[in-house]
Amino acid sequence: MLITIAQLEVGEKGIICDIALDNIPLKLLEMGCLPGKEVELLQKAPLQDPLYIRVNGSHLAIREETASQIAISKI
Amino acid sequence: MANSKNITIALVGNPNTGKTSLFNQLTGLKQKVGNYPGITVDKKQGVCQLSPELKATLVDLPGTYSINPTSLDENIVYETLVNDKNPDYPDVVVVVAEVENLKRNLFLFTQIKDLGIPTVLAINMADQMQRKGIKIDIPVLETALKTKVILVSARKKIGIDALKEILLNHQTLNTESVADVSERIHGQFFKRIQEALPHFSTYKSWLLITQQKACDFILPKEQKKIDFFKSKATKINKFQHKEAIYRYQVINEILEKTYSVNREEGTDLRAKLDRILTHKIFGYVIFAFILIVIFQSIFAWASIPMEWIDTSFARLADFSKAQLPTGKFTDLIIEGVIPGIGGIVIFVPQIAILFMFVAILEETGYMSRVVFLMDKIMRRYGMSGKSVIPLVSGTACAIPAIMSARNIESWRERLITILVVPFTTCSARIPVYAILIALIIPDKHYFGIFNLQGLTLLALYFLGFAAAISSAFLLHKILKIKNTSFFVIELPNYKIPSIKNISITVVEKTKAFVFGAGKIILAISIVLWFLASYGGKDFKNAAEIVHSQKTSVDLTDAELKQQIATYQLEHSYIGILGKSIEPAIRPLGYDWKIGIALLSSFAAREVFVGTLATIYSVADEGENTATIKERMRNEVNPITGGKRFNFASGMSLLLFYAFAMQCMGTLAIVKRETNSWKWPLLQLIGMTGLAYIFALIAFQFLK
Ligand SMILES: Nc1nc2c(ncn2[C@@H]2O[C@H](COP(=O)(O)OP(=O)(O)OP(=O)(O)O)[C@@H](O)[C@H]2O)c(=O)[nH]1
Ligand SMILES: [Mg+2]
Repeated sequence: MLITIAQLEVGEKGIICDIALDNIPLKLLEMGCLPGKEVELLQKAPLQDPLYIRVNGSHLAIREETASQIAISKI
Repeated sequence: MANSKNITIALVGNPNTGKTSLFNQLTGLKQKVGNYPGITVDKKQGVCQLSPELKATLVDLPGTYSINPTSLDENIVYETLVNDKNPDYPDVVVVVAEVENLKRNLFLFTQIKDLGIPTVLAINMADQMQRKGIKIDIPVLETALKTKVILVSARKKIGIDALKEILLNHQTLNTESVADVSERIHGQFFKRIQEALPHFSTYKSWLLITQQKACDFILPKEQKKIDFFKSKATKINKFQHKEAIYRYQVINEILEKTYSVNREEGTDLRAKLDRILTHKIFGYVIFAFILIVIFQSIFAWASIPMEWIDTSFARLADFSKAQLPTGKFTDLIIEGVIPGIGGIVIFVPQIAILFMFVAILEETGYMSRVVFLMDKIMRRYGMSGKSVIPLVSGTACAIPAIMSARNIESWRERLITILVVPFTTCSARIPVYAILIALIIPDKHYFGIFNLQGLTLLALYFLGFAAAISSAFLLHKILKIKNTSFFVIELPNYKIPSIKNISITVVEKTKAFVFGAGKIILAISIVLWFLASYGGKDFKNAAEIVHSQKTSVDLTDAELKQQIATYQLEHSYIGILGKSIEPAIRPLGYDWKIGIALLSSFAAREVFVGTLATIYSVADEGENTATIKERMRNEVNPITGGKRFNFASGMSLLLFYAFAMQCMGTLAIVKRETNSWKWPLLQLIGMTGLAYIFALIAFQFLK
């Protein structure tokens, strides 16, 4: 099932899809947020934004607007 | 050493990997470190003697994830490494990586290696390896990365000498690329680049093409060619993405052979702490509680040493008066220099406590959680979660706070942050607040713990914060700048703060404050003293004039002397100056003496108390040297006959200092950071105007 990181529930995981490539900002790619990698949504900030994710060994916080650009397939 | 050689070594790496700690170990210098990405936002230099013949200039750079800059601090790294005419262009680069995030650290490493600069890899925090179950096969890694790799621990001082040894032999380092992107992405395209710009390494040309900003060291002829390639923007974007993926592929292959980790022991604690510290409710409660503890301690703990410093300086003045021969020079020391210095030393306890708390919050890794918690809220006001750090450290001093805004990616959010930070209650306001609060607010306790004076101070902090937030909101509504970048922050592991790091930070920052502000205060108090001790004809003939105007005959000698001194002050140069602005400030409840203090504190707020001290001690001919507070308490308003510093005028002054932009250092730094006079001027006029209005309203209502 194709969704975006923003649609994950806390604790759920997904795999970043290849088609997401064009929408992922370069800096996130450089930080290890690559197609084929697993993302886990660790936590949402109290107002549902930003999102605290773990991807490729990094713990990052990104805003929802960015997360909703990144397509994943849920596992 | 006459024939000693000198090389430049740059420390580069991801944020928070311990570059500054390593820099301090190598150079013996004391730079601030902290467990928050973005502590170093500027270049720092130090010297390290590698051998009797070889001296190295070390450059500590801000942390970056990639050589492609997305914020101002990262741009410093890019410019240092791409421009070989830059004075800091390194002979060797030490990429400082960290054992846990080696993969991501290597990304930057492969980029730098492609530039053809001799590069070594220092893997820091080796002391954590055992606990985290990490194993690294160094010899295999060295072969794969085509350079020297060394495990170090800046905290436990492991591997420092071995690193020096490698740097000493930097000429033998291999400069081949590890992940040559040109072939893998688009051979044809990169070949054309190579042919067009034969003097640059291909990767350097590629970087120049991918950056939006032009570099000033490029010749126009070369720039034209670069611009030609830039025009193929969509292709470039694709290639950049491909590059990132390719690099990670190479790195993954290398690490599979060399790196193993026995998963997830430490992460348990991290998850638990995160659940509490970023909790919907508890997260904010804890943050608020921490802030309250900080402010309460600034007032409660600091008051004891402050009292002591205050009386010590009064005693010192008495002592000097007794010991030194009478004369103009002694007067300068007792009335100008000693109160001036006393006026600044007295804040050392409060400032040190504040710096200590900020350092602890940064060292533990808590600050990044605050960013996470606050981002959404701050965005409503046109700022970023990362603006919280400038706003909190602004309570120590606006200057480093404004610089720490450099890691905010979006120019709009950064600009708003810079513009509103000076509203936060910096430590230079504490002396003014402290003395005024002590004069006008009773020293009462509620429920045994809350002190009315402390609560007033807290209210002033909130006021500063509210002013910052509301002006940010206003700017958010009116500024027409588009947001182009996006937000990302790494949440580091929690760490037990190192007492050594914290004490270094506290000592260094306090020292910088005392000497920085001390110089200004000393200079101003000397100038003030001169202006207060000399004047025109009326000043010189004060004695006769007072005698001739004498109203009653039975004045004692001392009273007469006092009257003469007061008359002299009024007709001194400073008196004339103060009187000329009195009409403008009388509606706020101030007299010309306070006016002088306002004028002089345009250089820096903390000068206020020192100025009043100087002025009152010039006017005071009594035998004993009273403390500043006593002198202020004894000032009377000749019109009403009541106290000069009563509730109305005191509140008006408090509000004036809460809002007014009175710090030349801040204005200078805003000019530098925004690269224009427009923004600092806006701050100066806007903030001071606001201060005037609030002070006016307060005084007119309360009097
Ligand atoms: N355990 C351990 N911690 C370390 C070591 N070196 C540094 N640290 C800690 O790592 C954190 C970051 O250190 P800094 O030296 O400020 O890192 P930096 O790379 O200069 O960071 P930025 O300037 O923000 O890019 C601090 O909390 C240090 O105390 C080490 O060898 N072992
Ligand atoms: Mg640093």
